[in-house]
Amino acid sequence: MKMTGAQIVVETLIEQGAEVVFGYPGGQVLNLYDELYKNADRIKHVITAHEQGASHAADGYARVTGKVGVCMATSGPGATNLVTGIANAYLDSVPMVAITGNVPNNLIGRDSFQEVDIVGITYSITKHNYIVKDVTKLADTIREAFKIAKSGRPGPVLIDIPKDVQVAETEYEKMPLVEKDAIVKADENLLAKAAELIAESERPFIYCGGGAVTSDAGKEIMELAKKIDAPVGFSMMGLTAVPSSFEYSLGMVGMHGHYASSMAMAESDLIIALGVRFSDRATGDKTKYAQNKKIIHIEVDASEINKNINANVGITGDVKDATERLVKLVESGKHTAWLEKLESYKKYAKENEVAPLGAIGPHQLIDEVCARCDADTPIATDVGQHQMWVAQRYDFKNPRTFASSGGLGTMGFGMGAAIGACVATGKRTVLFTGDGSFGMNLNEMATAVSQKLPLVVVVMNNGVLGMVRQWQTLFYGARYSETTLERKTQFSELAKAFGAEGYAVTNMDELKASLDKAFATDGPVLIDCAIDMDERVLPMIPAGRSVEDLIIK
Amino acid sequence: MKKFIIGLLVNNEAGVLTRISSMFARRGFNIDSLAVGETENPELSRITVTMTGEDYARDQMVKQLQKLYDVRELLEMDPEESVSRELAIIKVAANRESRQDVIDAAQIFRNKIIDYSPESVSIEVTGETGKIDAFVKLMEPYGILEICRTGLISMSRGTKTLKENL
Repeated sequence: MKMTGAQIVVETLIEQGAEVVFGYPGGQVLNLYDELYKNADRIKHVITAHEQGASHAADGYARVTGKVGVCMATSGPGATNLVTGIANAYLDSVPMVAITGNVPNNLIGRDSFQEVDIVGITYSITKHNYIVKDVTKLADTIREAFKIAKSGRPGPVLIDIPKDVQVAETEYEKMPLVEKDAIVKADENLLAKAAELIAESERPFIYCGGGAVTSDAGKEIMELAKKIDAPVGFSMMGLTAVPSSFEYSLGMVGMHGHYASSMAMAESDLIIALGVRFSDRATGDKTKYAQNKKIIHIEVDASEINKNINANVGITGDVKDATERLVKLVESGKHTAWLEKLESYKKYAKENEVAPLGAIGPHQLIDEVCARCDADTPIATDVGQHQMWVAQRYDFKNPRTFASSGGLGTMGFGMGAAIGACVATGKRTVLFTGDGSFGMNLNEMATAVSQKLPLVVVVMNNGVLGMVRQWQTLFYGARYSETTLERKTQFSELAKAFGAEGYAVTNMDELKASLDKAFATDGPVLIDCAIDMDERVLPMIPAGRSVEDLIIK
Repeated sequence: MKKFIIGLLVNNEAGVLTRISSMFARRGFNIDSLAVGETENPELSRITVTMTGEDYARDQMVKQLQKLYDVRELLEMDPEESVSRELAIIKVAANRESRQDVIDAAQIFRNKIIDYSPESVSIEVTGETGKIDAFVKLMEPYGILEICRTGLISMSRGTKTLKENL
């Protein structure tokens, strides 16, 4: 059937299972938007306040569903506004297809109005990218983009489509959904070697990253932990791989990890790393990290093996499949003394818990929110202290319920991500944010209102850039350079101005009452929670150091 | 520090070289040379990259290259099992007194004189990198006016080809 390029884009998106496009119209995507208008009953479009919000929304959508998130923007500034969101998805291995319009082929390279080389700009932050200059290649390019985005280690793919290609006509034939590449199967001999190391180990430690969530390996990881009697720790990206309440779970490791979890990782004689890339935030001092221990590294991306930490057994393969087979190969183990030692660390951490400084403590606040959420409630965060508190404290139950910017650490990620998660699931979604992060993309409150989203925005408002302030307190002689905001913004009134509900709370009773109302409201609600500016995220291992330098109080 | 030679078959499309070189820049790999040209199949280009580094850098470079979608095939060339050549054109200052010495040296190295003027001689040198380096050193006392080098190209000995793995 003969179709225009713009029709082909919309048909191929529908054909490839895209249910919603997050985007913003403009001059070079007018034809695409015309087709979205005509097909509004077949594919939903969510207009954000800013293209950055659209790229984060596609990211949030993908994190909570595991499907490919789609965002769209016009050429020039529309395209460059997507860049932070694409980089964010790249660093956290989130499947995304970003579509940009560009000036017609005959104007490319002439510094035309709203022309940028978005393919050149995004080379290093996409798995792959395209400029489609020939309409006959358009449909197959989009199909290939979906395949690349979701196969292996997922990631973003950008497709730049000049306007004349959107206008040109060619034959379109509907094709089935492209399948992911077959999973990478771990080598059986290497798995057997891993099983040997596990049998020899007296203090094993299972360390899960984002790959454990991506491959849905929770069940297999819990089986492994039970069978070999080993504790489990997580990078922030791996947090929802198994429920927080799992008996062997020690919670997050690393710079702001739980004391017992970081100690277990440091004192173990074997780390079984599943779907991790040994980020510096999780390892600290890399020269000390692997001392006196062996490392088994199972990871789908071969380039991660021996990139940051050398593995004694490096295994390229799908984490779920490899773990399932590893469970069959390992002997049952018992590590009573090791687990008892870790219990004593947990007790020590509990005894050394720091009391909140203000009327609303961060952990107490998170507990109150958590008590009102379902197992499948999507939780989004921005970046900073509030993010670490949520990662430490929130009682995650289901996989893919946590949308947080890990690798890139993008302040301003939260609003878009929460919108994407909420649109994807249709469920009440919670965004934990700080006054700093929220300030970056609060314009997306407009989107939450126009889409009538049941979104609860919890602003942990301490009037400062808390995480940076914490570093300034510890390492920069309490010289608070540009982190005390001195703003007079009343977030609750601002929420009302956007057309949402807004509350400001200064103590736990007010907080509880507002949360009760928020969780009974259909549309977006913002709760501005006053937090003491000197609350710290603890424990803390200073950057590039080890547990020897861990600050617990 | 060791020297590594990597042979690549890549899609012959606009921007492929940029993808590869931008990956090198982003990952901080220092390459010694890169040579690229079309193959008998117009859809594919052949690239030879040489680098000096530790095993870590080689391992990462190979794995990061393999992740690029336009890289179709990749092989680390074993110097014992491959033939490698580089081409250089060297313009040497040569006057009446020195000209014969320069020409003699070029002939001993089986090089070709490809340009000639009253004040200079241009010499085409083909060989492995070591031979070219040696000849350049030999010419230095006469005064080297300009050098162009293609970078090393390399292929396996015998019937083995890179494309057979495609």
